[in-house]
Amino acid sequence: MLEVSELHSFYGEAHVLQGVSLKVAPGEIVALLGRNGMGKTTTIRSIMNLRQPVVRQGDITFRGERLNDLPPHAIARKKIALVPQGRRLFASLTVMEHLTMLKPASAKHGWTVERVLDTFPRLAERGQHRGNQLSGGERQMLAVGRALMIDPELILMDEPSEGLAPVMVRHLETVIASLRKEGLGILLVEQNLYSALALADRIYLIETGRIVHHGTAVELQADPGSLQRYLGVH
Amino acid sequence: MSKLLTSPLRAFAALAVLGLALLPLVLPTYYVSVATQILIFSVLAMSVDVLAGFTGRTPLCHGAIFGTSTYVVLYTASVYGLPLPAAMLLGVIAATLLASVFGLLAVRTSGVYFLLLTLALGLIVWGVCLRWTEVTGGENGERGQLRAALGMSPRQLYSGVAVVVALVTFVMWRFVRSPFGLTMRGIRDGESRMASLGYNVSLHLTIAFTASGFFAGIAGALYAVFNDFVSPSTVQLSQSVSGLLMAIVGGIGTLFGAFVGSFLIIALEQAVSKVTERWLMVLGLTFIAIMIFAPEGVIGKARLLMAGRAEPKTKA
Repeated sequence: MLEVSELHSFYGEAHVLQGVSLKVAPGEIVALLGRNGMGKTTTIRSIMNLRQPVVRQGDITFRGERLNDLPPHAIARKKIALVPQGRRLFASLTVMEHLTMLKPASAKHGWTVERVLDTFPRLAERGQHRGNQLSGGERQMLAVGRALMIDPELILMDEPSEGLAPVMVRHLETVIASLRKEGLGILLVEQNLYSALALADRIYLIETGRIVHHGTAVELQADPGSLQRYLGVH
Repeated sequence: MSKLLTSPLRAFAALAVLGLALLPLVLPTYYVSVATQILIFSVLAMSVDVLAGFTGRTPLCHGAIFGTSTYVVLYTASVYGLPLPAAMLLGVIAATLLASVFGLLAVRTSGVYFLLLTLALGLIVWGVCLRWTEVTGGENGERGQLRAALGMSPRQLYSGVAVVVALVTFVMWRFVRSPFGLTMRGIRDGESRMASLGYNVSLHLTIAFTASGFFAGIAGALYAVFNDFVSPSTVQLSQSVSGLLMAIVGGIGTLFGAFVGSFLIIALEQAVSKVTERWLMVLGLTFIAIMIFAPEGVIGKARLLMAGRAEPKTKA
């Protein structure tokens, strides 16, 4: 589905990604784990071609089609959705406006407003609240709901559990797992090891812009050396 | 009606519309003309607000777009003898085309670069109007006979302009509240987020710029009928600044604030210039006071105050 090979990305002259390669298949959750500043968000921004960074080398393909030279909106139209770090909602739009902007409330196919509100009932209660009037958990629900409204085949999630209460993290994990069952590919960028281990089929560890470990979640759990070396977990 | 009364702003708007309709019956002719000018400039200010308030791109070329429409109406009606509706239509088309070209050139920039680029584009129009004397009449401008041909009294003209302004205001209100209006606000809040949701931000901004120019063109066409004269001062930078100031004073992003801004600026100009020769200084000080005490504009401040009062009720 998504194939990133030998990706080199730069912020100005800073060589941030130094040959990152990864794959995501349909119905698979792949986690990209690493400490702060290792290149996780840069990888996601490079895939979406959001500037900065600038990709100078490497290939990004989705269903066999090269994405490198496409603008971000064209990449999103290939059914690739982004849930950005920090939620990044539209401060002046209400919850309903966030959703109906992407598809009318009367739409019947794919992800509809009704279906998103069924998945996140809390959002229905907050329909007329603006993006900047929501709690952290509600913002995250809306960020995921907004991404689903483009009927994605692949979702790139940048630290979705960041700053959330444990109960909210569990709710989000349930939703993400149900999306996998529907055949969506998910690239999960995380610092939260336990959330990633609970969800991911495969895990990549990134360190200073390079993939240093790749395996299944079970394999990683059985490798305390890698966990300690790259994530500082004992 | 009960819904109307529950919302002070709506009640105020209804009273304002009623007041505007009754104005020509009570005001002397001179003030009816001033009121007509206020209505026309409200449309210009709203056109600026569509762009500045809803997409976050502040233009300094709308005076030029407005004036281009005025030039085209007066020129085609005077030189080619076109009937007024056809001349006005051509004026609006010319303004819309000009805005689409400006939009294509300007939307890839933002912030101060957008401001400067639109300023430069407006100056080009001003330069053309000043130098292309065979067509524009240069500094002497172009005089028309539109009002004489219409045979309308100032009161009738006011009523006609008020009807057009009401229609245009309704269209603009629908435009900013449409799904497209939502995308404009989305772009204002976060361009890259909109792009990553599949929106072609440049295309949306170009459309918004063109629509905004279309509305400025309508204001310019009305101004041609009202003023019957156009010169390079109609397209100069100060005209663009006036439109922007009216939008800011009324409240950026409120749309209807343009009426308040236009009224305050034109009424102050008229009132203060009768009292002192230093009226520009008084105007400047007034704007500074508004920016300090109500940076969100008059309507924006009123909304904030009302929201503040409503808060305890909601909690209770």
